[in-house]
Amino acid sequence: MEIVMAFVIGFLYAAALYMMLRRSIVKLVIGLVLLSNAANLVIFTAAGLVRGAPPLIYPGELLPPSASADPLAQALILTAIVIGFGVLAFAVVLIHRAYEVVGADDMDQMKDTDT
Amino acid sequence: MSAYIDALIALPIIIPLLAGALSLVFWRSHAAQRWMGVLGTLLLLIVSVHLLLETWEQDHLVMHMGGWHAPFGIVLVSDMLAAIMVILTGIIGFATAVYSLSDIGERHERFGYYPLFHLLLAGVNGAFLTGDIFNLYVWFEVMLVASFALLILGGERAQMEGAIKYVTLNLVSSMLFLTAIGLLYGLTGTLNMADIAVRLGEVEDTGLVTVIAMLFMVSFGIKAAAFPLFFWLPASYHTPKVAVSALFAGMLTKVGVYALFRVFTLIFDQDVDYTHEILLWIAMLTMLTGVLGAAAQFEFRRILSFHIISQIGYMILGLALFTPLAILGGVFYILHHIIVKANLFLISGLTYQLKGSHELKELGGLYRSHPMLGLLFMVPALSLAGLPPLAGFFAKFIIIRAGIEVEAWLAVGVALVVGLLTLYSMVKIWNEVFWKAQPAGIGPARSPGRSLFWMWPPIIGLALTTVAIGLYGQPVFEMAERSAEQLLDTSRYIEAVLGADYIESLQEMRR
Repeated sequence: MEIVMAFVIGFLYAAALYMMLRRSIVKLVIGLVLLSNAANLVIFTAAGLVRGAPPLIYPGELLPPSASADPLAQALILTAIVIGFGVLAFAVVLIHRAYEVVGADDMDQMKDTDT
Repeated sequence: MSAYIDALIALPIIIPLLAGALSLVFWRSHAAQRWMGVLGTLLLLIVSVHLLLETWEQDHLVMHMGGWHAPFGIVLVSDMLAAIMVILTGIIGFATAVYSLSDIGERHERFGYYPLFHLLLAGVNGAFLTGDIFNLYVWFEVMLVASFALLILGGERAQMEGAIKYVTLNLVSSMLFLTAIGLLYGLTGTLNMADIAVRLGEVEDTGLVTVIAMLFMVSFGIKAAAFPLFFWLPASYHTPKVAVSALFAGMLTKVGVYALFRVFTLIFDQDVDYTHEILLWIAMLTMLTGVLGAAAQFEFRRILSFHIISQIGYMILGLALFTPLAILGGVFYILHHIIVKANLFLISGLTYQLKGSHELKELGGLYRSHPMLGLLFMVPALSLAGLPPLAGFFAKFIIIRAGIEVEAWLAVGVALVVGLLTLYSMVKIWNEVFWKAQPAGIGPARSPGRSLFWMWPPIIGLALTTVAIGLYGQPVFEMAERSAEQLLDTSRYIEAVLGADYIESLQEMRR
């Protein structure tokens, strides 16, 4: 299963970078979305994939069963998703405003500040 | 006593958050928001002085959030480096809040300048104080979101274009950071930085550790605007209001440098030959490209932006040499640079208000009309170039001396040449803005239309601080020395955070 996840994550990173290298600012934001999803999957996979073993403490026990899933990694991903959502909402508004001001969906037109 | 300490560590984060919330409550009253800005940052400054004194007394202050003991809960840790950074946030926050009274107009206040300003300070302080690597990521994002919004406040074309580059590169950096955290958690099973440092010592696969170290280096390198990933900085820092530029120039890249210092002393010190060699090359190239970029510019704030990059190189050089003296120099350099660079940006804003331009070609004759401002410019400018007896001289002196001691001749040579070129840039600004006559055909001093009174006190105050650090540098030197000791002797940090009992039980488990 880890192998499959590794390929999925690698593909997501590659796709994200490819999209970000395009000139269109809309594709740039799509690239950022893919990138944040790839990072979340890395956390998910790196913490260990466990199937059908929720981290529950059964009555009379003090600890959950030894091979149960790691809830912390999922809390991290949840936090990262929320933050990523907020930031991406900002990025979408930003490219919309930039499109209005510059009048083009093209990074090559946006070099006033570079010279 | 312990409750007092707990409050003291948390207050540098809570005060700006509260002040920001109150600014939102008084959304309609701009006067209330303005004074909330000044009072909130003044309070922050007072608390941060207390925090520094208390940290000096007790070495490490640790607060376990919500009573959950490390490594399970999130900790806030104040060691000397963190306390120094927090006090600098207080100084720069207060200076820019006062400056904003004259600089920020109705139009920007209406779109929430002050709430964002406070949120930025809270994010910066949170990043300095946290002892948990994922919490560091969260504070980075708090800071970034506030800075995104501040950067585009006003909505001009240049701001939009600059912001797209700024936002994209910083988000890429955040995602690399998050990836690195995920891998590190998979490797060690903990997020507490002290606990990570202990557990990484047991990991046998050092190759994987180095890979993670490189991910952190790239991520923080983008945030610190180090070579070759600094392009977002000169594209965006000259576009917002000057008070915002000054705050960014003072604090934001230094959060990246702080994170580099923290991570590459505490966590990744296993393979120093490899990682710090790379840092050394990054430092040299950052210094050179920054200063050469500045030499080609003729816009006041763009020159200053490129100089931020070259100065970042000196700080990373301090970290890369990795001797007690070099780390001391790096900390001293951060301290001096934040004050000086923010001051230069504030001065550029005042000249803009007096002359109506940031272009060097359109400026001139300011020394004749405002000799006082000319003198005030000389203090941070010469300090930046490293002339005695100002603070910048000692900062450069310590780093270069540390370089000579480990016989890193190339780095020493680059640092000296870059110092000269910095002087060239500063003299260029002096000649063009202050010394040469007002160019013909371009209007003379226009009336700014509002009182500039509140722009003067922060500029004078920061200039006096620079002179004071130069003339009475001993206390600052001792603080930097202590922080270097703490950074290199990681066992003190680890024991303060985790407690002796926990470390003992870990060692027993190993047996």
